Amino acid sequence: MPPWRKPWVELTPGPSGPVATSGESLPSLQATGGTADRSFGLLTRIAAGLVLAVLGLIAVTMLKRSTSVLRAMGLDYFTTRRWAPPSQLYGILSFIWGTTFTALIALTIAVPISLGIALFITQIAPPWLRRAMVYVIDLLAVVPSVVFGLWGVLVLAPKLRTGYAWLSRTFDGWPVLGSLFGPNPQVRSFLTAGIVLAIMVTPIIVSISREVIETTPQNEKEAALGLGATKWEMIRGAVIPHAKGGLVGAVMLGLGRAMGETIAVALTIGSALGQVTVNALASGNSMPAMITAEWGEADSLKKSALVAMAMTLFVITILINMVATAVVNRSMKKSRGS
Amino acid sequence: MNPSKRSLLVAAALLSGPLAVVATTTAVSATTTTAPPTTTDCGGPKATPAPAKPAAGGSTTSTAAPASPASTAAAGGDQAPASAEIDGSGATFPKVFYQEMIAAYTEKNPGVTITYGGGGSGKGRQDLADQIVQWAGTDGVIKDADKGKFQGGEVLYFPTVVAPITVAFNLDGIDSLKLSPATIAKIFQREITNWNDPAIAADNADLKLPDQPITVARRSDSSGTTGNFTKFLEKSEGKDNGCVWKLGTDSTIEWPKDTQAGEGNNGVAQIVQSTPGAIGYVDLSDAVDAKLTFADVQNKAGKFVKADANGAAAAAAGAKVADDLTYSAIWADGDGAYPITAQTWIIVYQKQTDKAQGEAIKSFLQYVLTDGQLAAIDLNFAPLPEELAKRALAHLNDLQIG
Repeated sequence: MPPWRKPWVELTPGPSGPVATSGESLPSLQATGGTADRSFGLLTRIAAGLVLAVLGLIAVTMLKRSTSVLRAMGLDYFTTRRWAPPSQLYGILSFIWGTTFTALIALTIAVPISLGIALFITQIAPPWLRRAMVYVIDLLAVVPSVVFGLWGVLVLAPKLRTGYAWLSRTFDGWPVLGSLFGPNPQVRSFLTAGIVLAIMVTPIIVSISREVIETTPQNEKEAALGLGATKWEMIRGAVIPHAKGGLVGAVMLGLGRAMGETIAVALTIGSALGQVTVNALASGNSMPAMITAEWGEADSLKKSALVAMAMTLFVITILINMVATAVVNRSMKKSRGS
Repeated sequence: MNPSKRSLLVAAALLSGPLAVVATTTAVSATTTTAPPTTTDCGGPKATPAPAKPAAGGSTTSTAAPASPASTAAAGGDQAPASAEIDGSGATFPKVFYQEMIAAYTEKNPGVTITYGGGGSGKGRQDLADQIVQWAGTDGVIKDADKGKFQGGEVLYFPTVVAPITVAFNLDGIDSLKLSPATIAKIFQREITNWNDPAIAADNADLKLPDQPITVARRSDSSGTTGNFTKFLEKSEGKDNGCVWKLGTDSTIEWPKDTQAGEGNNGVAQIVQSTPGAIGYVDLSDAVDAKLTFADVQNKAGKFVKADANGAAAAAAGAKVADDLTYSAIWADGDGAYPITAQTWIIVYQKQTDKAQGEAIKSFLQYVLTDGQLAAIDLNFAPLPEELAKRALAHLNDLQIG
């Protein structure tokens, strides 16, 4: 998914929407514009149709190529945690879990930090610092994911060893935290992958939130300040309610990015098969990482199992995107209505 | 093996469902008398009724008898075409060797461009099946179920080199260690978790083994190296031999969760190198590059053999080679055979429709099977036994060019 896609932009119809396309209302263009308009319209339709066609073809191909594993495994494919090529047994539950769990860890870390950065940039930072910060954060977004992955496994992971051991020891026996930071901590684990992902999704969430927050009408902010609100009360009372939908959308796009990330996760998650555990310090595996790791040696049924895994991921990300669009959509309506 | 016996085995394999693939592979490349496939599976992984439907009639790739050695001499006169490009992909295990071969060959024949993209044996076979490449490297044979997918028809196998897969370890002050297959199986299944275990000590009476936990390193990506290493454990200690090894054999298996995964042979080598008490399986050239120490492994004859080119060559010499030149050097007969010796082939279509490409393939393969063999040892591979190299050269005449 392109990181800079901003659903709410498309959702706002331009002020002059349907008027511009009508030839009669612009007689001066009639002489030259008739055919040009028509062919332009046709071109845009082809372009739009192409996207749908590609998406549809991807879905059809994946469905076709995943039938043999779905026929062999049935619903067990989604509910079994065992991935056992020697016995031709393929279940992806543990990889669905790995993808979800690392993405949740990433968002838990990245969302508060990103929103903090976005609010700081838009509301608090002086203009010179604002420009510098935006630049630096955008720079973070263009670092290739393999660089994050290598940094994660070569630099970050070894440094986490003592910290993980401490977490595991300290919370031993506690409710919730005791299971989250369980025994036998591994430096390449769900948590390590989550931390690396958090850094990767931060720039996406920041830059989208920043733009959303900047759409808060100046007069609403001034009204809040005029009523004697402090800066924080102004943010809470005027900025957040206005931007809520867009912020949710930003988080959802971050989630989509985190779930689809491949190489950085493959390098840091530890590649253990069959792990379904809430122990964030255990090794696991995720769907995209599994696909790259297994593809090279895949024959017939395993290949089908990998394609079906890609399809599962595809469906999940589409669902997330749809939910994000719906949330954003609703809040746009609400804020326009008020 | 006579044809009726083979068809019986294939039929038995067809009946036994998911085990068919393993069984037919063994039938073609048997180094031991193959027991009829059974459905018992050591109480470990439970087989499901998975579809393993081999293509009808696709039991062997080529039944053509090898040409007589006399025709080998005739093949010696083949010339490279003036200009051609042949692309290849596949196994990463012999990649170093092939790249060296390509460099040396194209220096002599500047008109010919040869590429080798790696990517794994499975990718190589797929690429050849889809006719994206003209040649592919593979560490394993094409499964019966996949034979129908090869759009260019019959595929010929040309063995190129063999090489040992080492069992490398990191123990302070210990630079030689003897390991039996059963001990290796138990270590990689995490049943033996400390270096002072009596099972290890039994074969190493002269060593003072430390009280140190064992860290097992294995591949994170699916790999022919994993396939061959687990095939060794399956053949020596698997379901037909006492069920010590319960995890089966494939390019990925269900490793215990507390094992460490590394990307590629060098990833595993890196874990072994940096972790005191670690053990892992690494191909010889990466093990040598990473300056790892590795164990002497007990072979079928009961001897402990060092992982080197000699052991690998002895293993290849002890392997039984089928008519289509497929064989397995794993767990081969012979006193000097290193038991974890991996074989690798270049596969090409029998019908070469493009004359220039066909000639380029033929002359490149001929180079690999003659002058190229001399370069193998320097790269930590072992050349083919003379007899096998001769048969491979003769097999070149089965190519139909133009």
